[in-house]
Amino acid sequence: MSNRKIGDVVLDVQNISLSFGGVKALTDISFDVREHEVRAIIGPNGAGKSSMLNCINGVYWPQQGSITFRGHTFKHMNSRQVAEMGVARTFQNLALFKGMSVLDNIMTGRNLRMKSNLFQQAIRWGAAEREETRHREFVERIIDFLEIQAHRKTPVGQLPYGLQKRVDLGRALAMEPQVLLLDEPMAGMNVEEKQDMSRFILDVNDEFGSTIVLIEHDMGVVMDISDRVVVLDYGKKIGDGTPDEVRSNDNVIRAYLGVEH
Amino acid sequence: MQTTAPTFPRLLLAHAQAQPESPAVREKDLGIWQTWTWNAVAQEVREIACGLASLGFKAFDNLAIVGANRPHLYMAVIAAQSLRGVPVPLYQDAVASEMVFMLQDASIEFVIVEDQEQVDKLLECRELQTGKQPSIRHIIYDDPKGLRHYDQPGLMSYEQLRELGRAFDKANVGHYDRAVASGEATDVGVILYTSGTTGRPKGVCQTHASFIAAGRGGVETDKLGPGDNIMSYLPMAWVGDHLFSVAQWLVGGFTLNCPESSETVMNDMREIGPSYYFGPPRTFEGLLTAVSIRMEDAARPKRWLYAKFMALAQRVGADILNGATVSTGDRLMYGLGNLLIYGPLRNVLGMSRIRVAYTAGAAIGPDLFRFYRSIGVNLKQFYGQTETCAYVCLQQDGKVKLQTVGTAAPGIELKIADDGEVLVRGVSVLKEYYKRPDATAEVLDANGYFHTGDAGVLDSEGHLRIIDRAKDVGRLVSGAIFAPNYIENKLKFFPQIKEAVCFGNGRDEVCAAINIDFEAVGNWAERRGLAYGGYVDLAGKPEVLALVGECIAKVNADLASEDGMGETQIARFLVLHKELDPDDDELTRTRKVRRGFIAEKYAVLVGALYGGKTEQYIETQVKFEDGRTGVVSATLKIVEARTFPIVKAAA
Repeated sequence: MSNRKIGDVVLDVQNISLSFGGVKALTDISFDVREHEVRAIIGPNGAGKSSMLNCINGVYWPQQGSITFRGHTFKHMNSRQVAEMGVARTFQNLALFKGMSVLDNIMTGRNLRMKSNLFQQAIRWGAAEREETRHREFVERIIDFLEIQAHRKTPVGQLPYGLQKRVDLGRALAMEPQVLLLDEPMAGMNVEEKQDMSRFILDVNDEFGSTIVLIEHDMGVVMDISDRVVVLDYGKKIGDGTPDEVRSNDNVIRAYLGVEH
Repeated sequence: MQTTAPTFPRLLLAHAQAQPESPAVREKDLGIWQTWTWNAVAQEVREIACGLASLGFKAFDNLAIVGANRPHLYMAVIAAQSLRGVPVPLYQDAVASEMVFMLQDASIEFVIVEDQEQVDKLLECRELQTGKQPSIRHIIYDDPKGLRHYDQPGLMSYEQLRELGRAFDKANVGHYDRAVASGEATDVGVILYTSGTTGRPKGVCQTHASFIAAGRGGVETDKLGPGDNIMSYLPMAWVGDHLFSVAQWLVGGFTLNCPESSETVMNDMREIGPSYYFGPPRTFEGLLTAVSIRMEDAARPKRWLYAKFMALAQRVGADILNGATVSTGDRLMYGLGNLLIYGPLRNVLGMSRIRVAYTAGAAIGPDLFRFYRSIGVNLKQFYGQTETCAYVCLQQDGKVKLQTVGTAAPGIELKIADDGEVLVRGVSVLKEYYKRPDATAEVLDANGYFHTGDAGVLDSEGHLRIIDRAKDVGRLVSGAIFAPNYIENKLKFFPQIKEAVCFGNGRDEVCAAINIDFEAVGNWAERRGLAYGGYVDLAGKPEVLALVGECIAKVNADLASEDGMGETQIARFLVLHKELDPDDDELTRTRKVRRGFIAEKYAVLVGALYGGKTEQYIETQVKFEDGRTGVVSATLKIVEARTFPIVKAAA
């Protein structure tokens, strides 16, 4: 239905290895992400999916390997620097401000883009006020996009889980990211919520032109919405390709369905 | 401000001239209320009309309109009429297979829709139409979200259409003005499809003259005009919305307000504070349920205060509103209650500034009706159907009787047929059913009377009281009159009961199938620490069955004390495992129960109710909104209800 143009490689992960003491979390992982694509990382529990995301995100520093983002190669970068480069993420276990309204939570996502300093923002005068109005307009677009107008002023803690996930996505979108990392966006959701979320992810990809990297262990959902899929198992890459290729990959079938002994 | 123009487009132009800078329409978008003045509306309508003309839309063509209440869609209604074409609003939640019938029936080539969801549906319809002539040529969408990469032929955005219109207007000077001037009052102004309680939907053709007369009657009765605000939130395809949001709007010249989304209506209403409001009984019911739930969660002193003052309101509130005599002490107490309870309550309901509110579409429970009037909301009933522009009876201020729908509206004549059916003649009666002379002949007799299909009685003051659908009224084996709607409405007044279906025609006793209100009963269960795992589980809990049993016992007690109704007390009931849903054809799109269909679909359950069983296993297919299907199954308990000895009316 859509004819998005999948472009050049924006994110290139080369030979990443990560260990915690004697535990090897990731071993020699390489893959790339192209502009405007939906790229999934799947694997059973403990396969190293979240570790991989944390490496890209600058939370973990891998012992070996490099990550290249739009031509810039980096080994050690903290989360803030990554965010400034245009990478946003959502969290598996939600990291929202529960007592703040939906609007304010998404507003925090604009923080990096605000030019005025803390003092100016506090007295909210002149340029700071105009700036806030502009940001508010962008946030309102996101609220409209995610269809959460009815909850604009509701404290996030009072919303059902599926809606909180949507707010989390909204906050990440507020950064106008070039690459959006989604950590299990559909974990703990019912079928209907999963469908809604899938639609929003595809719409984000389409409307905002964001490149999306998502982690998920619900195979069905992933296969429906991803362009390419990386499969991890015990920290090693065991498959990489289109959903159809991955589905017929023997190693993947073995990892998911077990093997006869 | 009133004008005497004979067609809706000319009414619009008259307002644009008389009050060019007054607000005509508002819509909340991105959190801010946007306003169109009458001048702006006239200008935009002109652009859309010219845009349609440039695509080949001409006089007597039909334009389908599918979507929620958006200003652009209301403008499209007038744009089609400007070219002497006919707008055909369709229910936006209908699935493609239902919608294709109407598109085909009305030979639709042009469609204006709201958003991607509707575009997808219309494209699906177009595929279903293959081979048959003519089919949809142009689909115009208001909200471009998600549609950027669609390249199907005939798709166009609303803004593109306006641009075409501007160019066309320049190139064809006077085309628009000539078209508007050529429109006549006797032209068909709109085709509204009946919801199809019986059989296939039929297109009801109403002329400009009918709807303008109906609009004028309402506007004059309630003195509506500039400065009044109304919330438009009900389906555009419903005759009520067309009467209030199009006919009365253009006759009266007040302001239309469109909510941000269907979920924000309550909030938006509080912000606008409409002075004029209408809704089917279930909307009022829903509001009351929401309030009751929150009241139950309130602190004890608040609950006490609420109960105290509501009792007072029940006793004297309605009389005060009707202007009857009430003692000074009660008046003082009511004033205090107004300050403490009624005022804040009206505010929460978004009804602080309501001068007049209307309900119609189904009979409203007397208790529900009394509740709103008792807290000072001037709620009134009107009566009518699609075939009469929803304009037959109106309750006049100061003459509101709870059980009736009021006297004949200005320009309307009423007659009761020998079999009890209500007959109507006058300004608002339909011209015909679209391309269905056979069906037209069935409802319009030689004397010009329209046969409503409702059973009713006229009292000594000329007030009409509707008992039930003429064909629904049945008899028990014993010969007692059985009016299922009447009993169901009593049941539905309980916040815990969302829907009820009663059986009894030709049987020896009455049995009922109940739908619980998931929100209300769920809340009730939570407060009791009763664990449940979803709708099916909750509906089957013994505690819930007992709760429903109590409601039914109260209804039975009521029935026992009413003249001639005592024998139709509910003997047994069951609580259904799924919500009745229009997608499964169990309700009409206006959410009236289709009793016959339900009796057939759940024949096993009806059999069990009358067969003396104590429980029954059932499997039901359900259809989701996207067209997929699934299955729910459950074993339902059949419960005996408590009945009461019939109270003989004092001689």
